[in-house]
Amino acid sequence: MTDSRYQIADREFEICAVGGGPAGLQAAIVAKELGANVVIIDDNPILGGQLIKQTHKFFGSKLHYCGVRGVDIATVLSDRVKELGIEVIDNATVVGYYDNDTLGVLREDIFLSLRAERYIIATGASENMLAFENSDLPGVYGAGAVQTMMNVYGVVPGKRALVIGSGNIGLIVPYQLLQAGVEVAAIVEIMNKVGGYYVHAAKIKRSGVPIYLKHTVIEAKGKESVEAAVISAVGDDYTCLLGTEKTIACDMILIAIGLSPLCDLLYHAGCRIDYVPELGGNVPYHDANMMTSKPNIFVCGDLACIEEASTAMLEGRIAGARAFESLHGKKPEAEDVAEKAKRELEIIRTSPFEERIVCGLRKFTAH
Amino acid sequence: MSDYIEKHPILQFKRGEKVRFIFEGKELEGYENQPIAAALHAAGIRVLSFSDKHNRPRGFFCAVGKCSSCLMEVDGKPNVMVCMVPLRAGMEIRRQKGKNR
Repeated sequence: MTDSRYQIADREFEICAVGGGPAGLQAAIVAKELGANVVIIDDNPILGGQLIKQTHKFFGSKLHYCGVRGVDIATVLSDRVKELGIEVIDNATVVGYYDNDTLGVLREDIFLSLRAERYIIATGASENMLAFENSDLPGVYGAGAVQTMMNVYGVVPGKRALVIGSGNIGLIVPYQLLQAGVEVAAIVEIMNKVGGYYVHAAKIKRSGVPIYLKHTVIEAKGKESVEAAVISAVGDDYTCLLGTEKTIACDMILIAIGLSPLCDLLYHAGCRIDYVPELGGNVPYHDANMMTSKPNIFVCGDLACIEEASTAMLEGRIAGARAFESLHGKKPEAEDVAEKAKRELEIIRTSPFEERIVCGLRKFTAH
Repeated sequence: MSDYIEKHPILQFKRGEKVRFIFEGKELEGYENQPIAAALHAAGIRVLSFSDKHNRPRGFFCAVGKCSSCLMEVDGKPNVMVCMVPLRAGMEIRRQKGKNR
């Protein structure tokens, strides 16, 4: 190949983490601390994944960075990566998983390939879209997308928002919009109760933003971009009740109805993917050690199941330790890290909010 | 450039050098290294492209390089993901029509 844009990296790594969010960083840190030769590939200029836009403080115990803002956890983790001298290939997208277990990586205009003995895939998830009339108009944005624009880059792409969905993202983002001086018209939730944590819901209630339960959005109005939204009440079968439509003036409709795991790379690698709605839809099969159906590929974070940054970090620690062991054999330090993280996960998953996840994970073991 | 958050109770924004760039032949200002999409939205531009078949206006959706809803023509190169690509001085940015064939 004489094309200079195509480079074949002749270097090999023991462990390659794809994705530099909370899960991938913890996995890489653990594997490196145990003594493996590790590389992280990430598509952003800054490590931390979605933590970099999270200005709210975390809950849980000290081990889960309770009381620390997401954005500061990102700094702690990326500082540790630097300290350990873990190689990072940033601004790069893994575009394929090829024969001989090789990755194709696109970094700006350069295509390179590299190979690792073990892969820890932590690509995360993407925001779900909702189909309604004119939902392709500019101004219909992912709630997380606006959170990125606002909290990472200091730009709010509108003046008045309507938020669809009241899970944790649907509660946190409007609160942060208010902090940034942006109006929030309302939150719309199709279920008969708020989906997210009480703490977040309470902040919204105190702020006076109305929450429409048993409602959904049916239309975006506007010529070039959103100027208003039409919402409607829904019946017990979740179909719209005629005559209950309301028009709400807004220039942004933020969709916060959930996330879907980014499995593409695992499909390419031939890993078994199961449809488990409780875990977020199509998710890679994995065991309690976070190993997929292919013994050289581990997963963690939102890719493994749509959950939280704190659980993603714990899964990352398990994946890092177990990937190391699968390469270098059993080691008490690795066992210790994995078992500790597993116990912490079990504690978090006793929460009623986690019932769905536990039920979904059980489906895996039932296969 | 009034559409930037200047005061925030928690965050401080570090911005790059002020630079000029061209959008559809018009000169605009932005900050170096911010994503092109952030510079455009701060300047009030929300329509980034037009759809292939029906020529409908399109904006960004995910802002993290996953959905391909924000593809634009940058310095003559089509399909540039403007939510990820950093702004540089003198860039020429155009709205893309469809797949820019």
